[in-house]
Amino acid sequence: MLYSDKVMDHFSNPRNVGEVENANAVGQVGNPVCGDIMKITMRIQDNVIKDVKFKTFGCGAAVATSSMATEMVKGKTVGDALKLTNAAVAQALDGLPPQKLHCSVLAEEAVKAALTDYYTRQGIDPVPIMGEQCPHDCSCCSG
Amino acid sequence: MAKFIYADNAATTKLSSQALEAMMPFLENAYGNPSSLYRFGQEAKTALEQARADMASCLNAQSGEIFFTSGGTESDNWAIRGVAQALGKKGRHIITSSIEHHAVMHTLQQLEREGYSVTWLPVDGEGRVNPDEVKKAIRPDTILITIMAANNEIGTIEPVAKIGAIAHEAGVLFHTDAVQATGHIPVDVETWNVDLLSLSGHKFHGPHGTGALYVRKGTRLAPLILGGGQEKGKRSGTENVAGCVGMAAALKEAVAEMPAESRRLTALRDKLINGLLALPRSRRTGPSKNRLPGTASLVFECVEGESMVLQLDARGICASSGSACSSASLEPSHVLLAIGLPQEIAHGSVRLSLGRDTTEKDVDDIIENLTAVVNNLRAMSPIWAA
Repeated sequence: MLYSDKVMDHFSNPRNVGEVENANAVGQVGNPVCGDIMKITMRIQDNVIKDVKFKTFGCGAAVATSSMATEMVKGKTVGDALKLTNAAVAQALDGLPPQKLHCSVLAEEAVKAALTDYYTRQGIDPVPIMGEQCPHDCSCCSG
Repeated sequence: MAKFIYADNAATTKLSSQALEAMMPFLENAYGNPSSLYRFGQEAKTALEQARADMASCLNAQSGEIFFTSGGTESDNWAIRGVAQALGKKGRHIITSSIEHHAVMHTLQQLEREGYSVTWLPVDGEGRVNPDEVKKAIRPDTILITIMAANNEIGTIEPVAKIGAIAHEAGVLFHTDAVQATGHIPVDVETWNVDLLSLSGHKFHGPHGTGALYVRKGTRLAPLILGGGQEKGKRSGTENVAGCVGMAAALKEAVAEMPAESRRLTALRDKLINGLLALPRSRRTGPSKNRLPGTASLVFECVEGESMVLQLDARGICASSGSACSSASLEPSHVLLAIGLPQEIAHGSVRLSLGRDTTEKDVDDIIENLTAVVNNLRAMSPIWAA
């Protein structure tokens, strides 16, 4: 089998699918041309991610990494969520095939895009905290 | 037992019981080497030559024009490289289509790196090569035209007889990759005007690891595999006697049942395609007619192919996809791009290839399950708006 049991579990029974109502943090990354798009919505209260959901267009790994990433940041403080790395998502899924690692990068980017949106909505400049955001201009995202 | 519907017959097929029965003596007791002089070896030789004659009669060829190989990929490699080497002094230009199987495409790309020049002809929106374009592409240094008989992803049947006539008129050799066609539509090397034709045993209920290259008598072709000089010195290696006998039995069976089976599969295929087209923002890929009887192929917007295949698998249905995610590259299938599908739509492709064991109930089950899968995935898709 191409995927680990954990990936298949998160693909077949994805956690946190949908869109959070009254979300105050929304991030979408990817491009239909490249074949995967992730949208993450969060409701953040008192600096804690109270609720998080995702919608993903993509392959099995894209769905599974979205599901795992939402599980990993749910209930965390914004500061802890910022520490989420693509390697941690891939590891939590017992690894991904090499050609699918970009999906885990997309999951990290989607979480960060949502948090960037949160800071912006709070009137806080995200750049000093988040650093420069991925310009999404690599061959995949720019199509 | 859990439900199991095999709808990937273009990938491989189940070994027919007739083929298995024909093979058994050569797997058990008659293990002699056909090249040996003693009678025990000659028994194997006799069976091998009968298999060759049977294959030839199924293709309207002569026995001496059938060369056994390890499969379609080897046959394609051999036909192309064999001509390139034999005629390299005469010319270095080859004409092909932009929707060939990787066995042809990658072989030609390698020849390009070695200094050959290749014209990659476009296809229309249904995957058809225009014979007039072939004619226009012929140059004084053209040594080979290689165009597939039927496409593996979208099922389009190419006008090979017309292309063959054009090739012969121009005095250019014509090879066709008939891996998907053989055993499924009538193959006739004379009416098709082919000089070289590749086929693969496991695509028509023969054993894996078997194939053949038809080489028209008098065609100059360099060998690819050197060694003990088997197959008249053209393809060395001890013959896979059981495999060749099984492949010939399977082809005879497929050809005998073709008229009825082709009608049955065509009706099931059309029912399947029409049933799935009821989904909004879906479309058939490949033509409605002049397509392989068992091959249905579609795209569904806003869902991704690998996800569909995995969810179908969870429901006991085997299918395949030309999506990027089924391969190491991020590009969707070259065939889907060649017929003009935008990349974002090509990602949502699925191929369902029906076969001998497919029933009408299977088709109903596939329609029901794939509809549910597409709806599930669209509900999860951020770009889907019903």
